[in-house]
Amino acid sequence: MVNKILAILEQREGSLKKVSFEAASVASRLGKELNLEVEAVVVGSDVNNLNEISKYGISKVIHLKNSDFSNYTSSGYTEAISNYAKEVNAVCLIVGNTALGNDLAPRLAVKLSSGCIMDCVNLQVESGEVIATRPIYAGKAFVKVKLSSNVKVFTIRPNVFKAEFSEIGNAVIENKEISSPNLKSQVVSFKKSEGKLDVAEANIIVSGGRGMKGPENFNLIESLADSLDAAVGASRAVVDAGWRPHREQVGQTGKTVSPSLYVACGISGAIQHLAGMSTSKYIVAINKDKDAPIFSVADYGIVGDLFEILPVLTEEIKKIRS
Amino acid sequence: MKIAVCVSHVPDTATRIKIGSDRKAIDPTGVTYIINPYDEYAIEEALKTKEKIGGDSIVYVISVGSDANKESIRKALAMGVDEGILLKDDSQRDSFGIAHALSDEIKSLGCEIAFFGKQSVDFDNSIVGQITAELLGYNCVPVVVDFKLDGSKIIAEREIEGGREVVETELPAIITAQKGLNEPRYASLKGIMASKKKTIAEKVAAKSPNYSEIVDMNLPASKQAGRILGTDSSAVAELVKLLREEAKVI
Repeated sequence: MVNKILAILEQREGSLKKVSFEAASVASRLGKELNLEVEAVVVGSDVNNLNEISKYGISKVIHLKNSDFSNYTSSGYTEAISNYAKEVNAVCLIVGNTALGNDLAPRLAVKLSSGCIMDCVNLQVESGEVIATRPIYAGKAFVKVKLSSNVKVFTIRPNVFKAEFSEIGNAVIENKEISSPNLKSQVVSFKKSEGKLDVAEANIIVSGGRGMKGPENFNLIESLADSLDAAVGASRAVVDAGWRPHREQVGQTGKTVSPSLYVACGISGAIQHLAGMSTSKYIVAINKDKDAPIFSVADYGIVGDLFEILPVLTEEIKKIRS
Repeated sequence: MKIAVCVSHVPDTATRIKIGSDRKAIDPTGVTYIINPYDEYAIEEALKTKEKIGGDSIVYVISVGSDANKESIRKALAMGVDEGILLKDDSQRDSFGIAHALSDEIKSLGCEIAFFGKQSVDFDNSIVGQITAELLGYNCVPVVVDFKLDGSKIIAEREIEGGREVVETELPAIITAQKGLNEPRYASLKGIMASKKKTIAEKVAAKSPNYSEIVDMNLPASKQAGRILGTDSSAVAELVKLLREEAKVI
């Protein structure tokens, strides 16, 4: 029997998340390089876009099903996936490094007596071994790590690996009903936050710092973010001052992000902040202090008064996008 | 009830990281170490839990590592934790190694609940709490921003993308703390004085295999400073043009 590599897919409210396609692409690439059979596994009740997974080089999807699996249950998902992984002799699992993946992956690792490397930004096969690269110290440094355990679990940072099309026809979807799932720990409800987009998932982020001078001025940041379909981010200084909620904080005690565009407004660029955002593809800085460290990582900068610049920028973006 | 809080000792977040000569660890020269920032929320929640339950509840602070970790243990004692335990090991353990030592100690102490910071700000794996829980067969809610304990029932809110999940579970359990869970108290002068007199119990950390091996450590390629386009809104047109045509991100 050929050993298996599993892409663990994530569904929310019955739809696969984007990171699932990234995980599928990574698993199918590693499967080829390591000569492993590739399968995708999803836990849920009803999942409506499972067919899409076939576009990413996956020919078989296992749906571990139960009516109690529509919401996440750490105990239930862990048991269902780890039992399946054991049953088919899986030697490698690829999981998205989301809130769910961060909870699930280490538990799967314990159940499978395996090591687990989190938040990988690169997975490369060298002499038959998977070498994972991941940020440490919130991105101030990177480490290359390998696992010595028989089974290996890796989580991938969202938005970093490309979901590559490799059409191989329709995937076979196999439903497996899970009887009496373990529901010791269960999500009973979800409280949606006010912000439209989460910084951890956004493709564009507009962030404000102390240069905004007060919470009442963040409407300038919100308008610019709206015009770009971007998430609102914040520096630690303004979160600690209570101007913005912690979920928006970017940096070492907040979120580490890698969007394609990061617009820093009135942010000087403390080392903890730079660590959390300097892997963004493009960085724009608007700050009146020409010596602010943020300019040392910015691709484009305007040294000036953001209260004058931001409204003009928002109007200009609206114009070209309409 | 016996309550544990597990802490780690990490480089200050203001540290400029330098890589050591073996390229397997950072260069510790000149680095100031502090208690892991998320662990302060864990300590506060442990103390609040003890205060709420009352009776003869006791809070233990546990740390795995070298003698240097005693500084962070004392910080927890100064905040009001009752007993300090250092599980000694001078070698570098991975998350599994640390979790093995902690689970062993939590079990032998008989703690029904343990609080962790959601991640250590050095290696950022954010998995020690979850692994410890699985090893012990405890329930676990990570990245918690709101915590309620009613008898043995737990209702915890954890931060996820776009909102909060409300999780229901039961003791015994491990909770990992996210910033926003509470406002950690300052150590009082009396607390600081008392913590200096307390003996920290030293034990040998339980043996455990390391599953992961560091192959190399490096710094990110330093980014070149880009272009300054202007000093006022007259630069906006060019900025938008560059974002569209050169960066192709809007």
